[in-house]
Amino acid sequence: MSAIEITLEVNGDPVVGSAEPRTTLADFLREVAGLTGTHLGCEHGVCGSCTILLDGRSVRSCLVLAVQAAGRSVRTVEGLAGPGGELHPLQEAFSELHGLQCGFCTPGFLMTAVELLEERPSPDEREVREALAGNLCRCTGYVNIVNAVLLAADRMREP
Amino acid sequence: MEEAVALKAEAGDDALVLAGGQSLIPLLALRLASPALLVDLNRIEGMASIRREDGWLRVGAMTRHREVEEVGGLGEEVPILVDAVPLIGHRAIRNRGTVGGSIAHADPAAEWPGLALALDATVEAVGSRGTRSIAAEEFFLAPFTNALEPDELVREIRFRVPGPGSGTAFVEHSRRHGDFALVGAAAVVHVANDGKVSSARISLIGIGGTAVRAPDGERVLEGGSLTDADVEAAAAACLATVDPPSSVHGSSAYRRHLVGVMVGRALRLARDRARAA
Repeated sequence: MSAIEITLEVNGDPVVGSAEPRTTLADFLREVAGLTGTHLGCEHGVCGSCTILLDGRSVRSCLVLAVQAAGRSVRTVEGLAGPGGELHPLQEAFSELHGLQCGFCTPGFLMTAVELLEERPSPDEREVREALAGNLCRCTGYVNIVNAVLLAADRMREP
Repeated sequence: MEEAVALKAEAGDDALVLAGGQSLIPLLALRLASPALLVDLNRIEGMASIRREDGWLRVGAMTRHREVEEVGGLGEEVPILVDAVPLIGHRAIRNRGTVGGSIAHADPAAEWPGLALALDATVEAVGSRGTRSIAAEEFFLAPFTNALEPDELVREIRFRVPGPGSGTAFVEHSRRHGDFALVGAAAVVHVANDGKVSSARISLIGIGGTAVRAPDGERVLEGGSLTDADVEAAAAACLATVDPPSSVHGSSAYRRHLVGVMVGRALRLARDRARAA
């Protein structure tokens, strides 16, 4: 099957590239856009590592074809830090509270948490745990991840 | 949609229809499916909508689970949907997965087929010879097998909104939040002015080849007044008729036990809602 030229917006910038119809959005982001912050764990929609925001909503980028994202807006972990490289409050909190060890699952957790906090600025612990239930971490065991999301929520609510 | 139908008609079983992709893309990734052609419905206009019309809730096939969660007022009319839809996978799955895709996929443990049976739904199919309505009870044939012809797509699902005096509920049990249910039960009861049950529908998921209705349990309830004893008798009747498979997640005996528990909980919740309405 021949490749198709697509244009999409990634973290505010246009990305033009070609993708075979079978290419997943995750592979396109990593291999064509060069954004390797989106990690591929299971490649069949179980682990949540490749979670990104597509038109503002969390999706697993291994379960979306690149050609389906043509003309759409994508946000990845690379889009979280500020223009001067200052970390997003979620990234700060993950770092401070040791919400990661190997870091493989972290981009997926961050993007899932970004969506949660944009919709629910004051989640309780149960809501955080439920929101993160689709993301697997095999190192830290979730406690520090949940605490980091709650801390980031506190800070993001402050004026 | 005409183009999609024409492509599907031409390629027949060599083509698979891509809706939200939350089941199909994993199947492709694992090489369990390798179609010559994917017919992607995502850019077809007008396939994602939720409309109330003449006692029906008409849900376009490409409506995302998340869009159902966001509809206002469903909690009063069809609380069963408010119970069930948040239990589908995880948030990222519900943002992408579709109602029509779940119906067509016919997973025996998925929520939508059970809801379709409980809410007396019809599946509106469109094919090269036009459209037709298929009753939910005739739609789910076997695991991952539906009643569509090779040239047909699901266009819309029409759920019957239970009228005044009714109560609905859905409950399920899974090992972890977001997992497929080991067993789920949906209940829709209508209580007449005299307090007697005029009709009852019970459906079960996760217990075998397809989502199923449980007519033996329904019959126990009809004409009664939904006492706790009636509910227990209906739950017992349901579990007497099922023979769920064993898996690593739960033995057949455990799932049968869950059928009784889930049916009991769903019926009590539906009853309480009918009385509160």
